[in-house]
Amino acid sequence: MLQVSLYRYNPETDDAPYMQDFSVDTEGRDLMVLDVLELIKAEHDGSVTYRRSCREGVCGSDGLNINGKNGLACISPLSESVKNNKLVIRPLPGLPVIRDLVVDMSLFYAQYEKVQPYLQNATPAPAIERLQSPEERAQLDGLYECILCACCSTSCPSFWWNPDRFIGPAGLLQAYRFLADSRDTATEERLAKLDDPFSVFRCHGIQNCVNVCPKGLNPTKAIGHIRGMLLSRAT
Amino acid sequence: MVTSVTSFSRTGLSDWLIQRITSVILLAYFVFVAYQLGASVDYTSWKDLFDQTWVKVFTLLAALSLAAHSWIGLWSVFTDYLTERLLGPVGNVLRLLCQLGASLALVVYVIWVVVIVWS
Repeated sequence: MLQVSLYRYNPETDDAPYMQDFSVDTEGRDLMVLDVLELIKAEHDGSVTYRRSCREGVCGSDGLNINGKNGLACISPLSESVKNNKLVIRPLPGLPVIRDLVVDMSLFYAQYEKVQPYLQNATPAPAIERLQSPEERAQLDGLYECILCACCSTSCPSFWWNPDRFIGPAGLLQAYRFLADSRDTATEERLAKLDDPFSVFRCHGIQNCVNVCPKGLNPTKAIGHIRGMLLSRAT
Repeated sequence: MVTSVTSFSRTGLSDWLIQRITSVILLAYFVFVAYQLGASVDYTSWKDLFDQTWVKVFTLLAALSLAAHSWIGLWSVFTDYLTERLLGPVGNVLRLLCQLGASLALVVYVIWVVVIVWS
């Protein structure tokens, strides 16, 4: 029997959060962590609350702290997550808990909104589409794949302490995605908004974000590129 | 963009660059001092060493670098942990007090170095 410890908190009935233990029969299968949560909800306690949707690592809904490391429950197999037959599941750290494993992502999305994550081009739109060479398109690889699960930003201490000022690795990865886009003409305006002591430069390069990204992306490298662009345009 | 009135240079890029340049200067100075200490040192040789103008300038540069480097680092620590977000309104008071104390200490240290080396 797998021993599972779940973070529980219902603000309507609980004074404080607590950990609840469950013994789950996995029948020896190497299930995903999400499957274990589904088993608990179906067979033990129907009030256990979490987000989920696609169950295949695409939607980014079920970002959780699994045995101390952020990840997507749906693509985290027990064989890689369980230690000493124990599975401890908590909500993503640093964000307010709404209930059980569901966090309020408002601060995360507010930072994402700050980087204006959409193409800006002041030139007249062509008849069909704005073309890119294969080399220009390749600049976006490793950037556009982000699914905004928030595993990276909520594993970053700089984001924990200043979630209202530091954009965080997810937002900065998207900031660089548009800075690197050959079709975007708002580069100067984008960079001007980032040159303060918090938005980008609160990153100290500890690479927690790289360590946890379920899509294998590298926000620290993108942040380095942003620093390089700011340095290049400085006098 | 986040407005900041107490950071060293007001912009993130300058603070970041200054911290890296000052760290190189400090590394060079500490290697220099370690090398001198590695050789046999007595009062006369140490005094002769620091009587040279370039050593005085190098020491002053290291002291100024240490002050700038420390301020940028301490400012980051204070604005991480001593904030209204974490501690309520008292966080702002504590942070400003710590910033005042740290800046005073750094100014005193730099003046002290000048007095010792150039007097």
